[in-house]
Amino acid sequence: MKAVSETVPATKGKTALSIETTSDHKTLLGADELIINMGPQHPSTHGVLRVKLKLDGERVIGSECVIGYLHRGVEKIAENRTYQQFAPYVDRMDYVAAVSNGLGYCEAVEKLLMAEAPPRARVIRTILTELQRIASHLLWLGTHALDIGALTPLFYCFREREEILKIFEKYCGARLTTHAFRIGGLQYEAYDTLEKDVERFCKDFESRIVEYEDLLTQNRIWLGRTKGVGILTAEEAIAFGVTGPVLRASGVKWDIRKAMPYAAYDQYKFEIPVGTTGDTYDRYLVRMEEMRQSRLICLQAIENIPSGPILAKVGKVLKPPPGEVYHAIEAPKGELGYYVVSDGTIQPYRVRIRPPSFVNLQAFDRMVRGHLVADVVAIIGTLDIVLGEVDR
Amino acid sequence: MQPASQATLEFLKLYWAPLLCGLAVVAVLPLIAGYVVLVERKIMADMQARLGPMRVGPHGLLQPIADAVKLLIKEDVIPDSADKLVFWLAPVLSVGAALLSLAGLAIGPAFQIAQDINIGILFVVGISAMGIFGIVLGGWASNSHYSLMGALRSSAQLVSYETAAGMALVSGLLFAGTLNIKSIVEAQREQGMWFVILAPVAFFTYLVASIAETNRAPFDLPEAESELVAGYMTEFSGFRWSLYFLAEYTNMIVVASVATTLFLGGWLRPFASVRWLDFLDFVPPLLMIAVGAYCVLRVPKQPSRMQQWFMLAVAGLCIALALVLAMPVIAPVLKASLREAAKPFFAGIHGGFWFLLKVSAYIYLFMWLRFTLPRYRFDQLMRLGWHFLIPLSIINVLLVGVAMIAGAYFHLHGWWLLLATTPAALVALVAALLILAAEKQSETRPDRAVPSDFYAG
Repeated sequence: MKAVSETVPATKGKTALSIETTSDHKTLLGADELIINMGPQHPSTHGVLRVKLKLDGERVIGSECVIGYLHRGVEKIAENRTYQQFAPYVDRMDYVAAVSNGLGYCEAVEKLLMAEAPPRARVIRTILTELQRIASHLLWLGTHALDIGALTPLFYCFREREEILKIFEKYCGARLTTHAFRIGGLQYEAYDTLEKDVERFCKDFESRIVEYEDLLTQNRIWLGRTKGVGILTAEEAIAFGVTGPVLRASGVKWDIRKAMPYAAYDQYKFEIPVGTTGDTYDRYLVRMEEMRQSRLICLQAIENIPSGPILAKVGKVLKPPPGEVYHAIEAPKGELGYYVVSDGTIQPYRVRIRPPSFVNLQAFDRMVRGHLVADVVAIIGTLDIVLGEVDR
Repeated sequence: MQPASQATLEFLKLYWAPLLCGLAVVAVLPLIAGYVVLVERKIMADMQARLGPMRVGPHGLLQPIADAVKLLIKEDVIPDSADKLVFWLAPVLSVGAALLSLAGLAIGPAFQIAQDINIGILFVVGISAMGIFGIVLGGWASNSHYSLMGALRSSAQLVSYETAAGMALVSGLLFAGTLNIKSIVEAQREQGMWFVILAPVAFFTYLVASIAETNRAPFDLPEAESELVAGYMTEFSGFRWSLYFLAEYTNMIVVASVATTLFLGGWLRPFASVRWLDFLDFVPPLLMIAVGAYCVLRVPKQPSRMQQWFMLAVAGLCIALALVLAMPVIAPVLKASLREAAKPFFAGIHGGFWFLLKVSAYIYLFMWLRFTLPRYRFDQLMRLGWHFLIPLSIINVLLVGVAMIAGAYFHLHGWWLLLATTPAALVALVAALLILAAEKQSETRPDRAVPSDFYAG
């Protein structure tokens, strides 16, 4: 990741393995600095992220993320597949939020086709995507708490996530890489009890989220471990281009669901939670509130699902007119953008994906400097990265 | 006969009982530690809405044995760059210290390996602190960054919290007036109450410090999985790793036993000197019968014939234990002449039961905390130790001393002594909180490095 090393002024004697530090840093007692290698096989780098840390004792004075261990060339694959064939591949990027990935891609291609999904499809898409947001945030909460040492929330989070995955399974047969949507709408009609299932989940979830907050929100150790850790100011956040909860926790009220509504978000009322200080605790609070808001969106959506067709007439063979389009959605982790170029054939000429995790990871070095090793894992957790998406 | 072998013979004649006990402890303790692990996993599963180990044996009851076999037959890996001798020695040191410190403990009035050492508690605390050598040397010998950091954290943590724990023990010992383990428990019988009531602050301090000393969550930084992979144990595997594991759980038992002995009345029944509460003697056998009955009830629900037999065997074991425990209560009714003859034996049985029950409760508290709380950061851990626990325990020692003098002056005994010690404990707590508050105001955040040019790239 080149950008990180460029965030500090270049100094002389730079080698491939050296990590840039603030030039005038003095270690305690003039001791040697220690470079340790965190990952790619480390229990809390959330996959195969490798972080090279330069330490003064336990204090981090420089860091460098080494990525690419999960690179599969997704964007290149797109150029050799038809539009429909490529759709399942995007599920494998952010594999804990596959539904959101699919939504972004389908809508981008629909934009290119100048087609629009029917209202019924859009509402069902919204429901599933919001459930996916809750599932993704639950996974984040569980692993983040586990990184900070709280073992138990993980299992509570998985219990609720399981309910969501069950709904996905009932809907499309898959749990993780769902490929739930099709270009132009939906492949499958909603199953009979979808509304009931979602409603029951939402009802349970209200008290469950209180359970998590009981364990963490006012916990002194949790406060000590998250308050003031990994502060990212609003200017910095914007400069780094971070999006999603990380950006909102820094106090920037930016949510694509409100700013550039897609799917059926313009029909529903919901709040955008924002933080004040931009530390790890704020990001925690923002995500917790987002789960509540997603729950409200789901409840509003199931009240009135319009009837009608679920698939727009886009044809069996998709041949979008030559042109390019950029479409972004608010994925659980931030702005997930698809830039699709068509040359008029059945295969995209180029698909460029803007993954939120990759961009958010840029801020990592900025956030860890001056903190302790223990905070590094807290910050990796709070950025909520998925390496499948970072490396693509 | 040669003089050397004669000396050996005399030595054996004198010390055959403690030697046998020691052998029994070394042989049985790994099994006990294994089952403590199983219990921990079961409790954890219970708190986390899942089942825990269920595959090996009914309800996973054979899991520890399977684990032990797995660890024993694993390949023995010593990293190339490791210091071979120290790498070999370190886990042995760790587990040796932990097992040795058990020798000083008394499980019931009758069972103690090193009978009546006059420095009892001091011996236990001193020897168990030696275990840190195993951790530091192990971390150093592995020649790996994570191990080294784990070892450094561990040594810093142990040194800090040993002080607080020691001071807390002193507060309790002031009431006992002796270091001898048996005398400490007897002192609690004479006072008519456990020292946890007389010195609650000391007990609390020891509780926190002992969690930190045994490297358990929320103070498990030396082996913080999410940060340091496995801390000092990173490079250890197979049998060596299991030795460290054994040492950790043995240490848990040791600190729990020390706390039980000094603060929770050792092997004494609750309210040991209150005659009309004698019916509490029925609790141990009834408890075992209840457990046995529960096992019998669960038998039809077992999936296979094998598991049903196993469950029945467990139930039988519980009932047998209940019978043994019931003997002291029933025997005097049957034959009055038996009463005097069998008294020490019976006291031993019930004493052992109560002691183990208290130790289990203490360890359960450890586990409960582990599953509930996040982990402290290293600087926070040190701050808690040096800025709160150590001042608190020192103030407490001073005030307990003053309270003792005041109590002696006014001839206060038993429950009346609380009149002097309760205010002392409160003052100690308030003083420590004041120190903490003053410290918090002057607290500085870790300064961030000079802002980098975040518009670049």
